[in-house]
Amino acid sequence: MGLLSTVSLLLLAQATVPAASPRLEVPYKIFRLENGLTVIVHEDRSAPIVSVNTWYHVGSGREKLGRTGFAHLFEHLMFEGSRNVPEGAFDRWLEAVGGNNNGSTNTDRTNYWEDAPANALEVPLFLESDRMAYLLDNLTPETVDGQRDVVKNERRQSYENRPYGMAEIELSKAMFPPDHPYSWPTIGSMEDLSAASQEDVAEFFKKWYAPGNASVVIAGDVDAARVRELAVTWFAEVPARAAVEPIIPRPVALAEEKRLVMEDKVQLPRLYLQWPTPPYLAPADAALDALAGVLASGKNSRLYKKLVYDLQVAQDVSATQESAALASVFSIVVTARAGHTLEEIRGHVDAEIAALQREAPSSRELERFLNQHEASFYDRLERVGGFGGKADLLNNYFFHTGNPDYFEEDLARYRSLAPSDVRAVALRFLRPERVVLSVVPEGKRELAVPEVKR
Amino acid sequence: MTRTSRLLALRLLALAGTLTLSASAVWAGADRSRPPSPEPPRPLTLPAVTSHTLQNGLPVRMAPMREVPVVEVVLVIRAGAAADPLDRPGLASMVADMLDEGAGGSDALQLADAVDFLGADLSTGASWDATTIRLHVPVSRLGEALGLMADVAQRPAFGSADLERLRREALTGILQARDQPRRIAALALARAVFGKAHRYGLPLDGDAPSVASFQTSDLQRFHADYYHPENAGLVVAGDVDAATLLPLLERSFGAWPRGRGASTAMPAPRQLRERRVVLVDRPGAAQSVLRLGRVGPPRDTPNQVEIEVMNTLLGGSFTSRLNDNLREQHGYSYGAFSGFDYRRVAGAFQAASDVQTSVTADALREFVKELTRIRTRASAEEVERARNYLAYGYAQDFETTRQMAARLAEQWLYGLPEDTFSTFVPRALAVGGAQVEATARGIIDPGKLAIVIVGDRSKVEGGVAALGLGPIDVLTVDDLLGPAPRLDEPPGR
Repeated sequence: MGLLSTVSLLLLAQATVPAASPRLEVPYKIFRLENGLTVIVHEDRSAPIVSVNTWYHVGSGREKLGRTGFAHLFEHLMFEGSRNVPEGAFDRWLEAVGGNNNGSTNTDRTNYWEDAPANALEVPLFLESDRMAYLLDNLTPETVDGQRDVVKNERRQSYENRPYGMAEIELSKAMFPPDHPYSWPTIGSMEDLSAASQEDVAEFFKKWYAPGNASVVIAGDVDAARVRELAVTWFAEVPARAAVEPIIPRPVALAEEKRLVMEDKVQLPRLYLQWPTPPYLAPADAALDALAGVLASGKNSRLYKKLVYDLQVAQDVSATQESAALASVFSIVVTARAGHTLEEIRGHVDAEIAALQREAPSSRELERFLNQHEASFYDRLERVGGFGGKADLLNNYFFHTGNPDYFEEDLARYRSLAPSDVRAVALRFLRPERVVLSVVPEGKRELAVPEVKR
Repeated sequence: MTRTSRLLALRLLALAGTLTLSASAVWAGADRSRPPSPEPPRPLTLPAVTSHTLQNGLPVRMAPMREVPVVEVVLVIRAGAAADPLDRPGLASMVADMLDEGAGGSDALQLADAVDFLGADLSTGASWDATTIRLHVPVSRLGEALGLMADVAQRPAFGSADLERLRREALTGILQARDQPRRIAALALARAVFGKAHRYGLPLDGDAPSVASFQTSDLQRFHADYYHPENAGLVVAGDVDAATLLPLLERSFGAWPRGRGASTAMPAPRQLRERRVVLVDRPGAAQSVLRLGRVGPPRDTPNQVEIEVMNTLLGGSFTSRLNDNLREQHGYSYGAFSGFDYRRVAGAFQAASDVQTSVTADALREFVKELTRIRTRASAEEVERARNYLAYGYAQDFETTRQMAARLAEQWLYGLPEDTFSTFVPRALAVGGAQVEATARGIIDPGKLAIVIVGDRSKVEGGVAALGLGPIDVLTVDDLLGPAPRLDEPPGR
């Protein structure tokens, strides 16, 4: 494979908005190498640190049946060495210059970051490019076995040995048909983790870890022109590979209400209500976030005030629009206090939903949510690296919209909401067709929402 | 936005930007034969911290940080759980939790509405040594938010109905701790290290009998004793200068009446003199939660930097010996770590991992091996990596307003020297192998150690016994936590 020696300029973003404007802006430069890798640079000179943040546009949503959990197992293998990086050296070499790293996998993407002192920028560039180009050269069956054990322990720690930990897995199965990739959990099943082979690793790497299916953000105390040179130095030799098929949203609908009951080693019963909703950034997505806020964010939210503050029949309540690329889920979770059944809780929750379907929330309720949400945007701009720092967000927006600096547009989705929009999505999406899961203490099925609707 | 239109947008951008850069003239390929050598380190320039005093004597430390239009304000009260009356463990926490349940003439809902409407985050909480009230707010709303923060600190209502509500919440939380093997393990370890007679041996937020006993008069007395300017400090980090900030602080905190100085003396815990093994039975558990600990040094220990370098090597980083051994070499666990919790009076050391049930004894053997090996000379490469990781990663601890304010609060609370932050990097870089070894010998002793296992007794007891670590004290969850509190009566009866 010949080494590619040019970069093509995709877009040069510059500050064009007056400083007085409250517009949120994260200036960046973007270019694409000939092998298809997109590189995004953001200068922030406020601290002598740099973050190298890489997204591969593959998550558990691209897995095959029989290999659930593979995208995440693969993420673990990315830290186990590559052609020029012996096993264990990825972390040792990075720590030796004061850097740290992590990675995560969800249904849609896998991300990796290395945060380092800015003077050591080339160390993460070397490590990240070496595994992007040459991961398979250093991979052995023993490495796969070792990380398989680690991931199985991650599953035990985060799901099996955690109260209510298995609920999420049951919910996905109930919400999505078996051939929908969101029907299985990102952590995978023990059986499939056991079945994963070194051949699977090679196939997955070649198919999904192509430079054209990745984007790298380099953010922090750097000079953009110099970063461009370094990106070419380290990443241009990564071989181009075949393009991957685009992600096509695949929303689902339920034909009827599904009621499920699970027993767990818990003291208190917990109710989960879930509805299918449109994907991340789809038109209703922001209004559903606002609905979640009006329902369960803060002491004055409808559900908290009714269930926890006034009636004191619940210990906690949450509502979330769980946004994702193929389809989203709107989720309400309530833990009942001792002496209260989930049927009682369900009645209260449904009454509050019905109230929001009858009448829009007050403008103060919506504004309270919007002000909180806007403040959370400022918070995200305080940090360059890690999960959810500026580098990660630039990659998130690039992945989902093609525009890394989508901060202002994202916020505008919320600023434009009216109370009637919140009522509208409550009516349209919080329908009788939903998943109702009761998790109850062992042997106490009488605390559940009855499986046959009364 | 759908994926389809996103691709379209990309294609349009590509057409618009057809400029091609030629970088071939200077490109000579990457040298992958060794990791790249870093350039010389760049100095860590911290914001210039200034000190001020309000009319009533309340000290203020502030650090301007202008990147993002937000401000973090922390009021530190020099009284936490260590100041709880002996028969009221958890009182400091309950007082902190009650501060924002109505204050300054507003009830809990009105107060929450006002705070949320400003886009502010106002939180209260107690640690062992302090109660903190934290405000994080867009700078445009700072003045209004400070007024609410001042109400919460100075004029809490401590209403009896609100206390009953939070009491039920807290008792329910204590009930739920039984579900959580990690919380069970934390309580068992504190009990084993410090004993029932020392405050540190009981949970920071109290136990069921204590929480059930609190009266509003207890809360009022604690507040009157400790919440006043002589016993408090303010720190501020964010997008504001002193000329703007100080008048706002005077208005909200400058008229806070003075009180008496308050002392919160507490006896130092005694170090363990033997090894104790506690097994808490959780039949059917998928993993064993392992915790090993002993009494640790206080925050003002003179060799804190050396301790941190030693701990980085032992269990404070991904490549540390514990994580490398238990996770990477053996695959016993998702991770293993160690750390020090420094307090005003002594502290706590612990090493921890959650391991697969079938390898419980093997994992414990490796833990004890590592806690023994840390007392011998480490390789130069390990020591250098640990000290570089700490020293060159230090800038990341000061990036956000929350981080900066937390560091300033810690410095004020423990009376740490002015140059604590500015000298950290050179001090860490000066730590060598001999100091790491001596430091470990001074504070880690695998023979005088508490070992807690929360897991399935029927599957793990035999293997643990065969390790010969000493007699095993087997407990049920009820033995450890007492019987589950009965909470199913309706509220108010």
